[in-house]
Amino acid sequence: MAAKIDQTQVKKVAKLSRLDLTETEAAEFTGQLSAILEYMEKMNELDTTNVQPLAHCLPISNVFREDAVKESLGTEKTLANAPQRDGEFFKVPKILDEI
Amino acid sequence: MGELRYRVVVGLEIHVQLCTKSKMFCGCALSFGEEANSRVCPVCLGMPGVLPVMNEQALEYAVLVALALDCKIAEFTKWDRKSYYYPDLPKNYQISQYDLPLGSGGFIEIPLEAGRTKRIGIIRAHLEEDAGKNLHTAGNFSQVDLNRAGTPLLEIVTEPDMSSAAEVRTLAVELQRMVRYLGVSEADMQKGHMRFEPNINLIITKDGVEYKTPIVEVKNLNSFRVLERSVDVEEQRQLDEFLETGEVMGMGNKTTRGWDDINQVTVLQREKEEAPDYRYFPDPDLVPVEFKCEWLEDIRSRLCELPIKRQIRFVDEYKLSDYDAGVLTAERSTAEFFERVVAAGGKPKRVCNLLTQVGLKLANEKGCSVAELDITPKDFAQVSNDVDGGILSASGANKAIELKAQDPDKPFSVIYEENNLIQKSDVGELEQIVEQVIVDNPKAVEDVTSGGKKSKKAQSFLLGQVMQKTKGQANPKVVSEILDRKLG
Repeated sequence: MAAKIDQTQVKKVAKLSRLDLTETEAAEFTGQLSAILEYMEKMNELDTTNVQPLAHCLPISNVFREDAVKESLGTEKTLANAPQRDGEFFKVPKILDEI
Repeated sequence: MGELRYRVVVGLEIHVQLCTKSKMFCGCALSFGEEANSRVCPVCLGMPGVLPVMNEQALEYAVLVALALDCKIAEFTKWDRKSYYYPDLPKNYQISQYDLPLGSGGFIEIPLEAGRTKRIGIIRAHLEEDAGKNLHTAGNFSQVDLNRAGTPLLEIVTEPDMSSAAEVRTLAVELQRMVRYLGVSEADMQKGHMRFEPNINLIITKDGVEYKTPIVEVKNLNSFRVLERSVDVEEQRQLDEFLETGEVMGMGNKTTRGWDDINQVTVLQREKEEAPDYRYFPDPDLVPVEFKCEWLEDIRSRLCELPIKRQIRFVDEYKLSDYDAGVLTAERSTAEFFERVVAAGGKPKRVCNLLTQVGLKLANEKGCSVAELDITPKDFAQVSNDVDGGILSASGANKAIELKAQDPDKPFSVIYEENNLIQKSDVGELEQIVEQVIVDNPKAVEDVTSGGKKSKKAQSFLLGQVMQKTKGQANPKVVSEILDRKLG
């Protein structure tokens, strides 16, 4: 059986996920991911003709909260774990283009 | 070159911030202008292990708008994660609705000139969370403020049914009026509560052949002016480009442009090598939403008469001009106050003049609605009727309202008296003054009686003299009648 995913796809997914993979890692993960996808393929053997797609694994819906304000962390606590800050802002590498 | 005709085709994507108290999935207060990163909690910070929970009010607001847009409401809907790698949403995905939007297949009616309307199709309406703000500094880094991250955001997508920049603007304004009527958003443009993304292209007929130019999406416009302008600018640019390159719409040649307000042009945004891959999938943190009949009916009962319908009714029912009806229905509170004054006995056209000439001006100065001026509908009706009854002149009426706003406890009888606002309509008293004016101005009298071309002007002059002598208090209608009688 042919591999379910090739290195080009793995590199693309890695790029989308902002993961920096070495060539060795890309090859290694291609093998691992293919094995997983092959295993998942087994599910196609099931007849799902009359099965509705599942949006959530819990058989419940409509879990809401009331529109009430709770205290926020405040600027100091919010920024406590930030690698870098600039005054009351998070400081990040310059963003060149926006969505 | 053969004959060339073209028309512009525009569809619009609109984002509206809903005015809930708290964010979409956590209890942080919505904010504007607070200290950066002060309205943030582990949920909207995207910390591991946190659990978002839906704000029921946000969902109801969104459904209310979808119903007002005549959308079909999904019986079952869910939340999806849209992968998004920008620091303004630290989870690295935006919670949105992908294949099951809460509303779809609706329409909105927009006013055109002369009381005509046009129906614009609505493809879908769905709820999502807003991102934070990236601020670009002079330095080699960006600043991030996450106060806005997680604010409930309603996205509305129209069919490409608009055929001019003016129509696009009209739709945006109508939608603003609608969400304000429904009380689901302040829709304050200055605060970024509404943002627009028009999709624009041209259908060109050249030498009997029809061509479609590639679609351009202009991102993130936040004023009606810029929205309208960008469509106009893009229309011309696409025409020029087509004439130069002949490029037509094809697979994958849709582009994204930004607006450069300084140069009033659209600018191509850096094209990505591949189409964005958002990798949507159902959010396992959030359970689905099912709209049961009862709940939907409860929300539906909160709908009000929509502004465009009210505007048309005001023209029909109160015989107002389309313009006046538009001014009165711009804000729900003004429209409702107008109807209360009419119910209190005021004549519609007179009441409309009072409200638009002085009521709205005062409200604007005080930064409140006309209903909050401390002047009751009964007060307005009285002043309105006093003008109709000849007691006040139109300008005297405006003055009376202004004085009442300053001193709401003072009765009108006193306000009229103290400020000499009551018109003199007593024929006997006015006759004496008219006679004196006739004696003092023989030349003008001659001009009137000789009936020449100066006659009309001379008569106005005499009327003016009487008004002067009475310090503007004479009822001009009565004075004219006396003059006619005496000189006729």
